[in-house]
Amino acid sequence: MKILKRQYIILAMLLFAIFFPLVTQNEYLVHVMTLSFIWMIGVYGLNLLAGYTGYLSLAHAGFFAIGAYSLGLLTVKAQMNFWAAFVLALVITSVIGFLVGLLALRTKEHFFAIYTLCVGYIIYLVIDKWESLTEGVRGLIGIPAPGNIGPISFQTPLSQYYLVLSILLLSVLAMYRIIHSLTGRTYIAIRNSEDLAQAIGISTIKNKLTAFVLSTFFAGLSGALYASFIRFIGPDIGHTVITFDLLTYLLVGGIGTLSGPIVGTVLVVWISQQLQFLQDYRMLIFGPVLTLLVIFYPRGIVGAIASWTNKQAGRMKQRSLRDEKKEDSFPSSDIAPENQVKEG
Amino acid sequence: MLELKDVSVKYGSFTAVQNVNLDVSEGQIVVLLGANGAGKSTVFRTISGLNKAASGSTHFEGSSISKSSPDKIVKSGIVQCAEGRKLFPMMTVYENLKMGAFVHRSHRKKTKDSMEYVFELFPTLSEKQNDMAGSLSGGQQQMLAIGRALMAKPKLMLLDEPSIGLAPLIVEQMFEVIQKINREGTTILLAEQNANAALKIADKGYVFENGSVVLEGTSEELFSNDEVRKAYIGA
Ligand SMILES: Nc1ncnc2c1ncn2[C@@H]1O[C@H](COP(=O)(O)OP(=O)(O)OP(=O)(O)O)[C@@H](O)[C@H]1O
Ligand SMILES: [Mg+2]
Repeated sequence: MKILKRQYIILAMLLFAIFFPLVTQNEYLVHVMTLSFIWMIGVYGLNLLAGYTGYLSLAHAGFFAIGAYSLGLLTVKAQMNFWAAFVLALVITSVIGFLVGLLALRTKEHFFAIYTLCVGYIIYLVIDKWESLTEGVRGLIGIPAPGNIGPISFQTPLSQYYLVLSILLLSVLAMYRIIHSLTGRTYIAIRNSEDLAQAIGISTIKNKLTAFVLSTFFAGLSGALYASFIRFIGPDIGHTVITFDLLTYLLVGGIGTLSGPIVGTVLVVWISQQLQFLQDYRMLIFGPVLTLLVIFYPRGIVGAIASWTNKQAGRMKQRSLRDEKKEDSFPSSDIAPENQVKEG
Repeated sequence: MLELKDVSVKYGSFTAVQNVNLDVSEGQIVVLLGANGAGKSTVFRTISGLNKAASGSTHFEGSSISKSSPDKIVKSGIVQCAEGRKLFPMMTVYENLKMGAFVHRSHRKKTKDSMEYVFELFPTLSEKQNDMAGSLSGGQQQMLAIGRALMAKPKLMLLDEPSIGLAPLIVEQMFEVIQKINREGTTILLAEQNANAALKIADKGYVFENGSVVLEGTSEELFSNDEVRKAYIGA
């Protein structure tokens, strides 16, 4: 019954996403939504590493920028075909991710976070200072919109909306497959306890590295889409601020849950839009709310909902157990699991 | 089968294990006795490759494993069931067992057979296979920890204090199961404080004190040794 309900929710969300631009007819809202979808893809990458594997990378915006700049440079300066450049941008991001991962994963916990924070900042600095390649603060102008795929062109905002939505759906599907495969469980095992994971024969080095590379791949994908959608990029997109934005989306939605990135991104982006008149004072609201959320709901909104429905289910189970006991007085030692958070 | 030669292990500058020699032959149950902090778990972690020895060597079936990574060591047939029922609490019993067979992940048939074997050994696990591991009782968690170790089809199983925190009746059952596992072909190295129960099923034992072996011998020898009786059996 619960599964059925979940399917309805997914279907409703999907229908909403498909019909949203047709219903609103508001170009600005469609623009904001497309951007949210792009962020979500990046947040999924962060979620795989920080949420499921337990390694909080703060270099994520750096890889986002590498994806964006690779696409920008390959199309604008090297005049490459759009989709070839797109694929190459993903390869470049993943290769750099692999090399950074080799070094970064020698550290753990806070040290990993600090190390990747530095890496992220270095990527930002390289983009900012290497003017002969990246044009520095002037930024890269004139990045083409996605090239045609057969008869379909992506010149209009509406077609771009659907392109990004399709890529987002593919990303979510890929994430779902990864998380529910042995690989996903291996990541969760590493998050749980690296010692224990090793003790059952998991090569933690290899698996952490694949998680890291996958996470940078999604960051690069998100960045490349961003570049082709906004069509202008500056060094700021690699700044640490963006990493923390993505992290905020993830924390609000629910770190280590499958639907967290969607929920968090939509919610925070939408609320930010509503509170725009407050300018930077928005942070006065966001800061405390985020702090409270992390304290009381470490797995964000999705985690809170999941534990709430679990509690309901547990209560039902206990009630039915009690009823059973009344009927025939068999002792039952089976107590409903408390507060188990299922993967959302 | 397993041989430790002059193994010393350090945590920083603190020497936790000093010049330990161990010898386990195929088919045996060997027990390591020792008080808290004597170094038993450290020896286990070193055999599993989770800690690296500062000096000395470890050989398994004739080849050195001193420098092997933990996953290679599991693949070669040594599986540890660590102290304190380390499980994946957010995974179900079934998933925990499945993870135990990680090194045989490409052999579905093998995994299925091991699973049946474990369920036969611990019927409770079969009943609770869809429950979260975190919701099991202490004894059930210990069964699951052993079951998960068995899923890797070890030649040598390292059991670190399997009886800790269990009711006397369950302890007895636990040791019966260990004996059964051993009879069916798995060599067992056991760390225990419950010397009485452990020596009953073991072939031989080593007594650890402050990181060194102070006494070794067959179970009978240790059982009748006055110092051992005084220190570990309390009689
Ligand atoms: N990670 C660590 N860092 C520093 N010292 C440690 C560490 N682990 C263990 N030790 C020290 O090494 C010594 C041996 O510990 P070990 O855990 O091997 O003992 P044990 O025989 O397993 O004890 P117990 O029966 O209580 O489990 C102890 O003095 C302990 O304080
Ligand atoms: Mg110990």
